[in-house]
Amino acid sequence: MDVRYINPFIESTIHVLKTMAFTTAKVGKPYLKKNEVATGDVSGVIGLIGDVKGSISVSFREECILAIVSNMFGEKMTELNDEVKDAAGEISNMISGQARQKLELMGRNLKASIPIVIMGKNHTISHMTKDKIIAIPFTTDKGEFTIEVSFEE
Amino acid sequence: MDFGITILIVDDFASMRRIIKGTLKSIGFDNFIEAEDGVVALKKLEKEKIDLIISDWIMPNMNGLEFLKAVKGDSKFKDIPFVMVTAEGQKGNVLEAINAGVNNYIVKPFTPETLQAKLQKVLK
Repeated sequence: MDVRYINPFIESTIHVLKTMAFTTAKVGKPYLKKNEVATGDVSGVIGLIGDVKGSISVSFREECILAIVSNMFGEKMTELNDEVKDAAGEISNMISGQARQKLELMGRNLKASIPIVIMGKNHTISHMTKDKIIAIPFTTDKGEFTIEVSFEE
Repeated sequence: MDFGITILIVDDFASMRRIIKGTLKSIGFDNFIEAEDGVVALKKLEKEKIDLIISDWIMPNMNGLEFLKAVKGDSKFKDIPFVMVTAEGQKGNVLEAINAGVNNYIVKPFTPETLQAKLQKVLK
């Protein structure tokens, strides 16, 4: 997998959360993901097709997504419900959209699927590629989340 | 910024409809009708008096571009300002929407200031 595809997703994640949820996300050290178990409790997954094939996921710990959605809605969210699930999908969608704009500038045109959101402890995420999965952890004031990116040419 | 107008918000994500509605309320708009895709939105257009359409692009059943083409191709609705608010910000998408007659285009994520400025332009 071409590691140049990683940065657009990191930058887009930081931008989306800052703009829509007034949340500062600090990026940690990327690592190779070796299993399918999600690091978070709510995950949005999007398939990407076009010049390259890939998929991304954004997996939030419960306290983190509750804080982010509370900021987005301007109302305190206290439990993982359908509204939070829906918002996690939309966040994933915006990150994918922003990153695809950046990838277009690198000469890679991609279309995205409608996000799928999975909720629950220890759920699994299946990427649509057979290539390596790079996980990028982020921290916020209210907890952690991880994005996973996998592409094959 | 209050034009006493009714805005049709079309997005398959209820959370995004809620965020757009909240942002519009904060800049002075009060009357909203919601739809989760283009099919439902066209039905609402037939029944209600709509002054402005804000629509997502990627939606099931009828996507935002198909909905835009249906609106602009119908003499009853073609003059209603249509603003696309979408995560699809690639050049090809924007051009396709412009060719189909979109009045303005906002790429998510957006700030309230961006939404306000673009709406002011189309409502002038």
